[in-house]
Amino acid sequence: MKVTGSQLVAEILLEHGVDTVFGYPGGTALNLYDTLYEYRDKIKHVLTAHEQGAAHAADGYCRATGKTGVVFATSGPGATNLVTGIATAFMDSIPMVAITANVPDNLIGRDAFQEICITGVAMPITKHTFFVNRIEDLADALRNAFRIANSGRKGPVLVDITKDVTAAETDYKAARPLPLNPVPEFSDEEVQEVASMINAAERPVVYFGGGVPAANAGRELLELLEKADMPATYTLMAAGILGYDNDRNLGMVGMHGSIAANKAVDRADLVIAIGARFSDRVALNPERFAKKAQKVQIDIDCSEINKNVLVDFGVTADAKEFLTKLLPLIKKKDHKEWVSQATEWKKKTGDVKCQDADLHPSEIIHAVCDLTDKETIYVTDVGQHQMWVAQYLKHDKTKDFITSGGLGTMGFGYGAAIGAQTGCPEKRVIHFTGDGSFHMNLNEACTAVSQELPIITIIMNNRVLGMVYQWQTSFYGKRYAATTPERKTNFPKLAEAFGAKGFSAENPKEFEEAFKAALKEKGPVWIDCAIARDERVLPMIPGGGTIEDMIIG
Amino acid sequence: MDKQIKKEVISILVDNQANVLTRVSSLFGRRGFNIDSLTVSATNDPKLSRITVVFTGTEQGLHQIITQTSKLEVVKKIFTLNAGNSIYRELLLLKVKTDKSERSAIKEIVEIYRGKIVDLSKNSMIIELTGASEKLDGFMDMMSCYDIVEVCRTGITGIGRDIPEDL
Repeated sequence: MKVTGSQLVAEILLEHGVDTVFGYPGGTALNLYDTLYEYRDKIKHVLTAHEQGAAHAADGYCRATGKTGVVFATSGPGATNLVTGIATAFMDSIPMVAITANVPDNLIGRDAFQEICITGVAMPITKHTFFVNRIEDLADALRNAFRIANSGRKGPVLVDITKDVTAAETDYKAARPLPLNPVPEFSDEEVQEVASMINAAERPVVYFGGGVPAANAGRELLELLEKADMPATYTLMAAGILGYDNDRNLGMVGMHGSIAANKAVDRADLVIAIGARFSDRVALNPERFAKKAQKVQIDIDCSEINKNVLVDFGVTADAKEFLTKLLPLIKKKDHKEWVSQATEWKKKTGDVKCQDADLHPSEIIHAVCDLTDKETIYVTDVGQHQMWVAQYLKHDKTKDFITSGGLGTMGFGYGAAIGAQTGCPEKRVIHFTGDGSFHMNLNEACTAVSQELPIITIIMNNRVLGMVYQWQTSFYGKRYAATTPERKTNFPKLAEAFGAKGFSAENPKEFEEAFKAALKEKGPVWIDCAIARDERVLPMIPGGGTIEDMIIG
Repeated sequence: MDKQIKKEVISILVDNQANVLTRVSSLFGRRGFNIDSLTVSATNDPKLSRITVVFTGTEQGLHQIITQTSKLEVVKKIFTLNAGNSIYRELLLLKVKTDKSERSAIKEIVEIYRGKIVDLSKNSMIIELTGASEKLDGFMDMMSCYDIVEVCRTGITGIGRDIPEDL
């Protein structure tokens, strides 16, 4: 069949089951968009206000549905506006295919209008980039982009296509998606070694990360915890795997992790890291992290073994495959004393409420949990509110918590919520944000309105850039450099201006009423929640510190 | 893991395509891998190029550079060239100011090192020398008492003695 380059793009998207894409048109992308118009019954295109929003939306769509996120942008500024979104997906290992148009090949390298070498810009933040200036290379590049994005440790891939290629004619032959790269192999001896270490341990603790949900290994993990009778702690990327009420769930570990999780890791004689990378927000002091423990690390990415913390034994493996092989070798154990000790630590919390306001973050989050059903998807931006949500949310599913972990992208939330709500229209998306993060990308309200997405945005409004403000309070002698912006934004009015609904709340009762009203809305709603500017995220272990440096209240 | 600092020669077979050197060197740059030298060369397979890297660091550093590099899509194979079982070579070009009084003494040194005088003028000569880096270092040391104008060293390229099973 004869097709144009643009039609080839559409056909290959369909080969990979893509029915929804996000993006923003432009001069060099005209052919691509003309084809998207032609294919509009098969591929839904969601137009955002800004390419960054589109990239975050593709990312959020992927996190919520498990399907590869696809984003389109034009050359030059269109492409560079994707950068933060691509980098966010890269740091959190989210499979995304970004398709950008570039100027025609005869203008490449001449600083043509809206020309930028986006493959060069994106090189450090993608698994791979393709620059396609020959129509005969286009099909291979696109099919490989999907293979690379979804193989091994997942991540974004960028395909940059010159405008002439999007118009050129070629033969199209349908094909099945390329097989994914084989997952790393591991030996029976390696499984046996890990099993022996677990069987011999007296105070074992599992520390798991994004690799567990990525491998869909939640069930195997729960089985392991039960059989070996071990408590477990997790990173931000793996919140929601263990049920909130599970006794073995110690909460998140690290800088703003729970007292119980950090104590358990510190006292353990064996730490089993699964799909986690001992990042600087977890192993704040890599030399002293879990210093009494032997450490085992299982990760699908061989370069993660021994990268940040030296371990006693490392295995490169897919979490699900490894756990499946490991489980039969685990002896049924009883670590009653150890588990009950850890459970005892759980009673200590860092929920210190600032008395300057009548509404507290933990109250907001608890109310949201009580008033939403199990099918709800929670999305956050970045900052204090993100940590509060991670600490207090009573979630118990793997894909119900969407947050920018590795890159910590303020402004991620609204785009991601739009992507999640687009991919899961049957579920309700709750978007938690702060006034700082929300000001970055609230322009996407126009997208939520035009797409009629019933996203509820909860703005934890302390009128300061809270996380940095908190650090300035604790470590910079209250010198509040550029964190007290004195903005006068009236969020409910602004919501109305966008064609959305807006509420405000100053106490738990007002919040509950507003939230109940919001749940009845068919379109986007914002709830502006007045919280105290001195509300802090606690507990906290400062960077480079250990459990001994933990600030509790 | 061994914390001892060692020198390793790493051989990387990569797709012979545009930007491949950028991909590898940009990875080294952003991950902070310090390398002593890097050479790129053609192979007997026109689809592949060989990058030879000399790296000085710990075992952990070596593991990082190998595993991170192996994740690049363009990298087909990566391995270390074990010193006892590989041949390393480097090319040196050296330009020295010389008049007739020094010429024969320099010629003698060049002959001992099995180098070649590839250019000669009234007041200078250019010497070409290939060999292991240590030999080149030794030659440079011998020549240091003369008036050296310019030196180019290519950095090493290397090859294993074995016949590999899969290439």
